Amino acid sequence: MRHLLSAGDLDRDAALLILDTAAEMSALSDRSVKKLPTLRGRTVVNLFFEDSTRTRISFELAAKRLSADVINFAAKGSSVSKGESLKDTALTLEAMGADAVVIRHWDSGAPYRLAHADWIGGSVVNAGDGTHEHPTQALLDAFTMRRHLREGKGDLRGVRVGIVGDVLHSRVARSNVLLLQTLGAEVTLVAPPTLLPIGIEHWPCEVSYRIDDVLPKVDAIMMLRVQSERMKDAYFPTAREYSRLYGLVGERMRLLPEHAIVMHPGPMNRGMEISAEVADSAQSVMVEQVANGVSVRMAVLYLLLGGAKELSA
Amino acid sequence: MDSARAHDLRTVLSGDDIARASRRIAHEIVEKAKGASDLVILGIPTRGVFLAQRIAAAISDIEGVEVPVGSLDITLYRDDLRMRPPRALEETSIPASGIDDRIVVLVDDVLYSGRTIRAALDALNDVGRPAAVRLAVLVDRGHRELPIRPDYVGKNIPTSATEQVLVRLNELDGRDAVEIADGGHA
Repeated sequence: MRHLLSAGDLDRDAALLILDTAAEMSALSDRSVKKLPTLRGRTVVNLFFEDSTRTRISFELAAKRLSADVINFAAKGSSVSKGESLKDTALTLEAMGADAVVIRHWDSGAPYRLAHADWIGGSVVNAGDGTHEHPTQALLDAFTMRRHLREGKGDLRGVRVGIVGDVLHSRVARSNVLLLQTLGAEVTLVAPPTLLPIGIEHWPCEVSYRIDDVLPKVDAIMMLRVQSERMKDAYFPTAREYSRLYGLVGERMRLLPEHAIVMHPGPMNRGMEISAEVADSAQSVMVEQVANGVSVRMAVLYLLLGGAKELSA
Repeated sequence: MDSARAHDLRTVLSGDDIARASRRIAHEIVEKAKGASDLVILGIPTRGVFLAQRIAAAISDIEGVEVPVGSLDITLYRDDLRMRPPRALEETSIPASGIDDRIVVLVDDVLYSGRTIRAALDALNDVGRPAAVRLAVLVDRGHRELPIRPDYVGKNIPTSATEQVLVRLNELDGRDAVEIADGGHA
């Protein structure tokens, strides 16, 4: 593995290797010294064209725990806002000796372009591209589900997962569907028809328009954020109507089996897709998802950068 | 393993030899530590972990107290990470009592260049501060590349650098033996 661009690029063995490695990384975070010498002397660039606090911090912390040097390159206030192209930015980073570029971009496919255009020699990690993919989010979600529902071992065969909300604009949903399918889980997407992408019938999952039908039958329910910044058209009449039909409120949560977990990739809109009562309930694992994100990203960085360059190509 | 290669194997320790060696090491550890109360036994994966468990069980037999036993994976501390493809990590489990002010006995199957032990010492440093660290190995085959020496040795086996020392343990391989394979086929 040289790059991590899509959750669909991971076969079952590769996905399990990342999850198993993440499990060991997560044990390390209980120690008093949370630092490993593994990536000493390597440079990781966080190249963020789109605002993101939690993903950037998570990658930064992961790289630092492995002793890599981290450079944060945000588009705002940088050469990019002066009109520099992706290519020229990449060539600059290459000249500075970046071993890995973690990229978040508003355009779907930008990480793929960066990885395949021969501009840089290092690894590329997709930290979210447009409405396309966010593979490390899917990995941390799978890690969290495995820990709660499969005692932290093996794959997710037979785990039933509901993903609710704005699937159309969600890179989290796409990456999750691809990875969960690889790991043997059964996914049901729940959304109003206007928030489902064209071609959804070819995705390896079920689709439902009614959340109340799905809740009693899942082991994990993932609430997607309503992405108002991407809502340029009218996808639903009012926020209140969306919340009433698809929001996870306390009363709905009681339809879930007792062992089921409630997940959200963050940041949440309390009162929109999820109520405060649900977000703060014992079944909600959102804080843990954040912690697991660091472990999973440590695993990815270790597996991409920890070994010999020539051999991992 | 193909038959040509199996032909070049010679057994240097039998199952009984291994059992006797681990019991003797257990006695030596207790003697030097003047009891078992401060001991923590940590095996280095993969086979060092099973040897650590056996030694801990033997110490419990001798002293009548449970000895904390765990495992310490050193992969992330290796000095040759950049020369090979990334390796999968093994389990690290430090006993709940911790290692601060304890006598930590590291256990590995074969002591060779000493680089694994150097990595283990670095790893220990991030876990805590033991009162002392000691090293027990089943086989010392020589060829040290670092100033490291074992405190407890099952057997010293002088080898040539082209030979391979193969430790077989019941827990993993279904039998106990230490064999040497001729380097010609390695």
